[in-house]
Amino acid sequence: MSTTSPAAIEITGLRKAYARQLVLDGLDLTVPLGTVTALLGANGAGKTTTVSILSTLVPADAGSATVLGHDVRSQPDAVRRLIGLTGQLSAVDPLLTAQENLRLMADLRLLPRSRRRHRVDELLETFGLAAARRTPTQALSGGMRRKLDLAMTLVGDPRVVFLDEPTTGLDPRARRDLWQQVRELVSDGTTVLLTTQYLEEADQLADTVAVLHGGRLVAHDTPAGLKTAHDAGSLDDVFLALTDPEAPSTDQHEEIA
Amino acid sequence: MTAAALTHTAGPTGPTVALRHLLTMARRSLLRMVRYPSLTVLLVVTPIILLLLFVYVFGGAIGAGVAPGVVPGAAGRAAYLDYITPAVLVMTAASIAQSTAISVAMDMTGGVVTRLRAMPVASVAVLGGHVVGALVQTLLASGAVLGVAALLGFRPAADLVGWVALLGFFTLLAVMLTWISVAMGAAAGSVETASNTPMVLLLLPFLSSGFVPVETMPAAVRVFAEHQPFTPVIETIRGLLVGQPAPTSTTIAAVAWCVGLSVLGWWWARRSYRRQRA
Repeated sequence: MSTTSPAAIEITGLRKAYARQLVLDGLDLTVPLGTVTALLGANGAGKTTTVSILSTLVPADAGSATVLGHDVRSQPDAVRRLIGLTGQLSAVDPLLTAQENLRLMADLRLLPRSRRRHRVDELLETFGLAAARRTPTQALSGGMRRKLDLAMTLVGDPRVVFLDEPTTGLDPRARRDLWQQVRELVSDGTTVLLTTQYLEEADQLADTVAVLHGGRLVAHDTPAGLKTAHDAGSLDDVFLALTDPEAPSTDQHEEIA
Repeated sequence: MTAAALTHTAGPTGPTVALRHLLTMARRSLLRMVRYPSLTVLLVVTPIILLLLFVYVFGGAIGAGVAPGVVPGAAGRAAYLDYITPAVLVMTAASIAQSTAISVAMDMTGGVVTRLRAMPVASVAVLGGHVVGALVQTLLASGAVLGVAALLGFRPAADLVGWVALLGFFTLLAVMLTWISVAMGAAAGSVETASNTPMVLLLLPFLSSGFVPVETMPAAVRVFAEHQPFTPVIETIRGLLVGQPAPTSTTIAAVAWCVGLSVLGWWWARRSYRRQRA
């Protein structure tokens, strides 16, 4: 992976435990500017926790994380001004129309009046929601709602976008649509960190794939690099090799390092 | 990152922004009301049914017990209408508070609050938006309830100053009930819980001077009734409506309860918002 470009996200020694459950056990990860990084890992590997810490939702127990140079702990509002988050659960208000949902975000992002309408129209157009702009969103399909969710994330032109399982539950066509939107996002220079259960998604979208296991980073490479390194035909095989629950994660960590 | 990318994100900060955010979130609450009118209708109709039920079913018998020299029957119903209208107004505010708790819990357990917490938006704006929406709903609904009470024969004797004081006090009461219910909704962790916990706000008025005089209750219940917030609150409203203000100590107690519980609700709501579980 590239180390010459400046980092959009810098994570060092991140630790987090919920109750007695250790979720992150010293995670180190660097995401370069303008790239797509996919976080892969079994359920409970700490993907969502990582995103939650980076998007200032939960504090880490130890270690540090910065987004575009701002510490998520000490400068949360600076981070919040620069990021967009599409969480696992829908953040769309089902009683409002697509247009009203976007307008709500434009108002909260304090867009100037002149730019507000333009930005809302632009996003409705880009995401193929123009025809549904006056439809209460509870009447939209799951795929349309998810697209609106992503569009709402982008209203304030965030420089770093977190997508937590963006396509879970979508049909293949809707999934491909959303991938296309993400690709266009990156072509604008936006940095994307996404978590996914779909290895094909990581293969299709990500410049680099970071595999989490036992709360640590066990591999971070391009999809092709991972397949070569593990002599595997698909990311499925890489995933299975790296996240074997029988194997102690520390050994794997050393093996990779 | 270019300078241009930052220009519109580096706007004003502080109270101005919080106020703009509050107004935005309040507008959202009002839009939701407009989009879901059947809920508002339900919230207006329920207390009206309660009023009709209490006056026309129970009133003829109970009315004779709430005022001296009243005989059962029509006179009893008229006396009971006068007696319970303040309590029904309070129940109106409390049932709107309950529905507010449910709205807040839906925001908290869905993705809405997760998104908002990752944005530079103050908790007071997000939660306060629900409070403003509930206030508007409460004032509209209680106006309708008062109108129906007037149709049934309730004749308030308040003068202009009394009405202004009543509006002010009732708004304060609604603010208190709403902040408590917003906190209950934010702390609930599930929509089901959020629909149950505010039941206490609907039950407590029955254990106050709202429906029968506390003097008629057994000693233990009476002690509770005399010292819980709804009794001074209802006595204050009753006094303002009939144009014979409640004793100053009662009014002070009512205002103190409202202010104190508002602050408690606000603090609890903010704390729960920051510790969102979902």
